[in-house]
Amino acid sequence: MSHETWAIETRGLVKVFGANRAVDGVDLAVPAGCVYSVLGPNGAGKTTMIRMIATLIRPDGGTARVLGHDVADEAAQVRARLALTGQFASLDEDLTGLENLTLLARLRGHRGKAARKRAIDLLEAFDLSAAARREVKTYSGGMRRRLDIAGSLVVRPDLLMLDEPTTGLDPRSRGQVWESVRALVGVGTTVLLTTQYLEEADQLADRIAVVDHGRVIAEGTSGRLKALVGAGALRVRVADSADRPEVARLLAAMLGAAPVLEPDPVALSLRADEPAAVARSLAAITERGLGIAEYALAQPSLDEVFLALTGKPADGPAPGHEEAST
Amino acid sequence: MTIHQTAERPTFELDTRLISAVAGAPPPGTGAGALRATLTFAWRVLLKIRHVPEQLLDATLFPILFTLMFTYVFGGAMIGSPEAYLRYALPGILAQTVVFMTMYTAVTLNTDIERGAFDRFRSQPIWRPAPLVGALLGDMLRYSVASAFVFGISTLIGYRASGGLGGVAGAIALLLVFCFALSWLWLIVGLTVRTPAAVMGASTVILFPLTFVSSAFAPPETMPAWVREFVTLNPVTRLVDAGRGLLDGVPDAGDIALVLTLSGIMTVLFAPIALRLYNRRT
Ligand SMILES: Nc1ncnc2c1ncn2[C@@H]1O[C@H](COP(=O)(O)OP(=O)(O)O)[C@@H](O)[C@H]1O
Ligand SMILES: [Mg+2]
Repeated sequence: MSHETWAIETRGLVKVFGANRAVDGVDLAVPAGCVYSVLGPNGAGKTTMIRMIATLIRPDGGTARVLGHDVADEAAQVRARLALTGQFASLDEDLTGLENLTLLARLRGHRGKAARKRAIDLLEAFDLSAAARREVKTYSGGMRRRLDIAGSLVVRPDLLMLDEPTTGLDPRSRGQVWESVRALVGVGTTVLLTTQYLEEADQLADRIAVVDHGRVIAEGTSGRLKALVGAGALRVRVADSADRPEVARLLAAMLGAAPVLEPDPVALSLRADEPAAVARSLAAITERGLGIAEYALAQPSLDEVFLALTGKPADGPAPGHEEAST
Repeated sequence: MTIHQTAERPTFELDTRLISAVAGAPPPGTGAGALRATLTFAWRVLLKIRHVPEQLLDATLFPILFTLMFTYVFGGAMIGSPEAYLRYALPGILAQTVVFMTMYTAVTLNTDIERGAFDRFRSQPIWRPAPLVGALLGDMLRYSVASAFVFGISTLIGYRASGGLGGVAGAIALLLVFCFALSWLWLIVGLTVRTPAAVMGASTVILFPLTFVSSAFAPPETMPAWVREFVTLNPVTRLVDAGRGLLDGVPDAGDIALVLTLSGIMTVLFAPIALRLYNRRT
């Protein structure tokens, strides 16, 4: 009775490291053909969850099925249908990009020249042709990441799992990763990706599971999640710091949210769910002659999501958007 | 006044090359067969030798140093003349050189685990032992190169095997069989010890007594009784004696059979443990 409508289905999945319940009873149901995102801070258990689903470690409790195959009893079938790009590059630094991909293509069943051809096509598609014959140790962070993802595509997997594919990448490389995810979904592959960025989950995923301390604390479409969390925050910089208390008072009254005065004496922010209301309130403030230098309506950060869902901020270190290094 | 609108979706032109490469990929198959997968991993060892030729340094430099050092430093004192000593010690120098190289099996495996390449291989739909067996096969090439060097240098300084080419080939083949079997032990070390540096430490502690406290460099008759006990039990002594017989043209079937049996036992003992650790690694 393997129903293939679920690309991944877990029931009460548990993994314990010593006294640490890294994954603590996770039920996931990932529909086939969609992009599903697991969103959570550092240490939430995302990698552990993915490694269990990819048959790399055994669950201590519960079950997981991939396209109907049990990860414990039918590991070979599971491996044949999924590809995993782990959180840390899994490439051989000493080999060239071309050799890395040729190796993986051969392992996936391409023979002789066909393996090399597949590798060359993928390098071309991921904009790595120029570096094909260079050793991977000379690649930038973004190039490694792309090569690592290409390594999962030597065949077209039914399920692709990407563990934090954009953490530490520059915006351009992140765009390229997103683009590949969209291309894959176009050809019917299910993608499960983990991330620490709500924005990324929102951009790519049909459904999102928010995890914390090994548990799923919220699940649903991006829209549903935003309804729970609020669409975002309005950040305002006033022209003159003397105006800030008055602007804060007016915004609070018009938007019905508590303003947060930031350390920067001209900056303040507050919860704002409705762009239209924001526009009206800003217009009203300018009409009173109060100068606004700059404003932005931004999506909530992971911290704000956690604040809304759990009442406390996520406790991992803040995810850095730092530039990738070699 | 600047206005940001960060909530909007950035529009990326979907690259047509990307789409066609992804869409053009064959659907998932069953992966390479056992033999092909194993050979692919052996090929990886060759590629690594090509890109990191320093790897071969220990396979080439050490034999040269060892051969010259033992012959000229110990030779005169031990058996009268450097030439006579070379004749006695060459099988030992050969065994020690290559047996020492086996520990790099553990170091390489440990590095793969640390860097994540290992996870990638373990998630492939291939015969499970392929990465391990393939790496061991590739290592055989390194051992052969090192053996060739030992014989090259020895020949230059006057060594002649009375067993002829057949004897040399036989001695090398026996050594390779033994090292293949021993390498399973290194796989266990590589899978259990935390860092490559710690692997080196653990390996050296095992290897030094194993190679030195043997019949490799001095006849056991010259040693105190309790050392001789260990020397007789030491598998490296068996290996060296069997190799000496082959090289001197007086092969001892008993010694050879013993080395083959020992190798068989080590494989049967260590391989399942290594594979189990490999499959179960958390
Ligand atoms: N191999 C391991 N041994 C011990 N603890 C581990 C191991 N892997 C992960 N953990 C612990 O499990 C928890 C979840 O880790 P992880 O799955 O890596 O989280 P995430 O990927 O969400 O950052 C963390 O507390 C981490 O320290
Ligand atoms: Mg992780």
